[in-house]
Amino acid sequence: MFGFSRAQTIAFGVMLVLIVVSPYVLYPVFLMRVLCAALFACAFNLMIGYVGLLSFGHAAFFGMGSYVAAWTMKVWHVDASIAILFGAMTGAFLGFFLGYLAIRRSGIYFAMITLALAQMVYFFCLEAPFTGGEDGIQQVPRGFMFGVIDLSNDMTMYWVVASVFVAGFLLVHRIIHSPFGQILKGIRENEPRATSLGYRTDDYKLIAFVLSCMIAGAAGGTKALVFGIATLTDVHYSTSGEVVLVTLLGGLGTVFGPAMGALVVTSMENYLAQFGAWVTVTQGVIFMICVLAFRRGIIGEIGAFFKISL
Amino acid sequence: MNLTRRSALTTAAAATTLPLIRPARAQGAAIKIGVMNDQSGPYTNTTGVTSVICAKQALEDFGVSTKGMNVEIISADHQNKPDLAVSIARQWFDRDGVDVLLDVPTSSVALALQSVVREKNKVYLNVGAASSALTGSQCSPNFIHWVYDTYMLSRSTGGAMVKAGGDSWYFLTADYAFGKQLASDTSDLVRKAGGKVMGSALYPFPETTDFSSFLVQAQASGAKVLGLANAGGDTVNSIKQAAEFGLNKSMKIAALLMFINDVHALGLDVAQGLSLTESFYWDLNEGTRAFTKRILPKTPKNYPNSIHAGCYSATLHYLKTVADMGAAEAKKDGVATINRMKAMPVEDDLFGKSKIREDGRNMIPAFLFEVKKPSESKGPWDYYNLKVTTSGEDVYRSLADGHCSFIKA
Repeated sequence: MFGFSRAQTIAFGVMLVLIVVSPYVLYPVFLMRVLCAALFACAFNLMIGYVGLLSFGHAAFFGMGSYVAAWTMKVWHVDASIAILFGAMTGAFLGFFLGYLAIRRSGIYFAMITLALAQMVYFFCLEAPFTGGEDGIQQVPRGFMFGVIDLSNDMTMYWVVASVFVAGFLLVHRIIHSPFGQILKGIRENEPRATSLGYRTDDYKLIAFVLSCMIAGAAGGTKALVFGIATLTDVHYSTSGEVVLVTLLGGLGTVFGPAMGALVVTSMENYLAQFGAWVTVTQGVIFMICVLAFRRGIIGEIGAFFKISL
Repeated sequence: MNLTRRSALTTAAAATTLPLIRPARAQGAAIKIGVMNDQSGPYTNTTGVTSVICAKQALEDFGVSTKGMNVEIISADHQNKPDLAVSIARQWFDRDGVDVLLDVPTSSVALALQSVVREKNKVYLNVGAASSALTGSQCSPNFIHWVYDTYMLSRSTGGAMVKAGGDSWYFLTADYAFGKQLASDTSDLVRKAGGKVMGSALYPFPETTDFSSFLVQAQASGAKVLGLANAGGDTVNSIKQAAEFGLNKSMKIAALLMFINDVHALGLDVAQGLSLTESFYWDLNEGTRAFTKRILPKTPKNYPNSIHAGCYSATLHYLKTVADMGAAEAKKDGVATINRMKAMPVEDDLFGKSKIREDGRNMIPAFLFEVKKPSESKGPWDYYNLKVTTSGEDVYRSLADGHCSFIKA
C-alpha cells in the first residue's frame, strides 16, 4: 500500500524487528536519540535525495520544533502529542516562509541562502527571552500522551518515539512514491523539462520543502520531550552539517539510508565519548572512507551490490 | 591471504562496532565516579583529561586500596552537547552503576544534568560550570557546586578591583545571556563599592573576531578598567587585540572568566597586567605546591587550574564521606550522601578549610590575581601575583538572594 518493492518490504520488516528488539539489548535513551536523528535525516533526505536541493539550514526547523514543543510542554502543560504537533507546525510554518525565499535558487546558492536564514534563526534563539539563551529550556516534563499514557518511564517513551519515527518514515516513503514524488524526481533530473511539461516546479519544490521542515520539526519536538531540554545545539549550524553527514553516510536518495546513517553517527558519538578527543578524529576518518570508498553510502552500496533499490 | 580493499573496509567497519560490546558491569558495593567534560572542544585545557587525572590522584592520596574500598573512575567527552550528555548520564546511572557525576563544564549541559541526577537520586559534584543558577533558581538537593560561579567572579574581580583603585569601568560584553549577566552583576558591584561605569560595548556573539572598534571606544571612554564580560576564545582574542592597541598600558584589563591555562596560551607578553579571579593557584602555598608536584608527571603540559584542583578536592571529600557512612549507604541514597557531605567540614591541602552551604555552595575563598610581567616570572607557569583575597562568605551570593526552591525559609 505504500509502494514498497519486495526488497523494501523485507528491509522494512527487518527495521521493524530491530526497533522492537533493540531496547531490550541496548539502552533505550540512546536508541531514542538514534530514532530522533533518523527521523530528522529522513526529512532532510526528502530534500537532498528526491528534490536534489541541499539545504544547509535544516537545524533551524529541527531546533525551532524542539524549542516550541519544550516551551508548550513546560509553560502551557499541553499533552505530549499536542507538543509534538506544535513542533511539526512550527517547522512547517518556518519552512514555508524561509522556503518561499530559498527555493528560487538551486545548488550552492540554495545551500547558502538556507544557511543564512538558519543563522538568523540561531541568533533569534540566542536572544529571544523564551529560549533561555545559551542555558536553553531546561527541566521540561515528559508529561502524558493522549492524556493517559505516562511518559516518565523510559520504555513507554521509547514506544512513543518509535511510533513517531515509523509514522514519519512511512510518510516520507509515501511522499516519495506518490505521483507528487514522481514529479519531484522529474524536477531533480531535469527541471526545464518538468516546466515544459506544464508543472509549476517552484510550487512543487516549496511543498516538498514545507513537508520536509514539518517532519524535521516533529523530530525536534520529540527529542525535546525525550531529553527534557531544548538548547542552542539543536539550532546550531553544526547540527545542519551533521545531518548532511548522516544522510551521506547512510546513502543519499535511499529510503533506509538516513536511518542507517543516524545509527552509525549517533553510536560513534555515544560510544566513543569515553575515548575523549578521538571522537571527532574517528568521525572525520570514517566520513573520508565513506566518500572515497562507499560513495553511495552504506545502504546505497548494499542496494547496488544486490541490484535492488532500498 | 588476499587482502582486497572491500574486505579491509568491511573489517574496519566491523571494528567500529567493537566499543558497543561493553564489559559486564562490576558487582558489589563498588563506587563509580563518572567524570564528564569537554575533551575535544574549547574547554579541553581548562577541564578535560587533567580533571580525570586529578580525580584519580584523589583516590591515590586518600588510599582507597589500603582502606579496602573499591572505587573506579570513568570518563566521557560530552562534546558540549546537552542531549548527548543526558543520554550518557542516564546510561551511566541505569546500566553502569555510576554514583557520582563530576566536573561538567558548559552551563547548558550542567543544567540539563541537574534534573537527571535528581530523578535518579545520585550525587552531582559540579566544578566546571559557571552558572550561578545551579545553586539558585535551578538548585537541587543532589548537588554541590565546588569552586566558582558567575556571581563570585563578578564580586571578586569587580568589588576588589574598585578597592584597589580601579574605580571607573568600561565593559566589553558578549551579547548573550551569560555575558550580559556577568556585565550587569559586575556593574552593580562596582557601583556599590563606590566606582562608576563609564559605558559598555555589546558585540554580537558568537563569531566576532575583530574587536578593534569596541576597543577604540573603550580607550576613548577614559575609564581606568576594561572589563571583559565574555569567555573562552573571545576573551583570548580581545586580550590579544587590546595588547596590540596598547590598551594594557593605559587601562587595567579585567577578564571576568579566565583560567591559568588561558594565560599560558596567551603568553606573558600579551597577558601581563591582566586581572582575574580564580580560587586556586598552584604556587599559592606549601599544600598547593606539593599537590602540583605530585600531579605534574601525569599532566606535564597542562598545570592544574581551579577546576582541576576542585575535581581533586570534591573527590577527596566524597571519599571521606563514603568512608564515614559506608559504601552501600552512599550508593543507595544520593540526597543522604550530599547531606552528609554538607554536614562534614571540608578540609584539604588545596583549598584549606571550608563548609558547604545548604543550597550546595562550597564556600571557599576567591583570589584576585594579577598576571606577572615577563621579567618577574621565574619559572614555567609562574604567572600570578596575589592581590586580594575575599572570604567565601563575602564573595558568594547570599542564601536568601539565591531563591533556591528546596530550602524552607
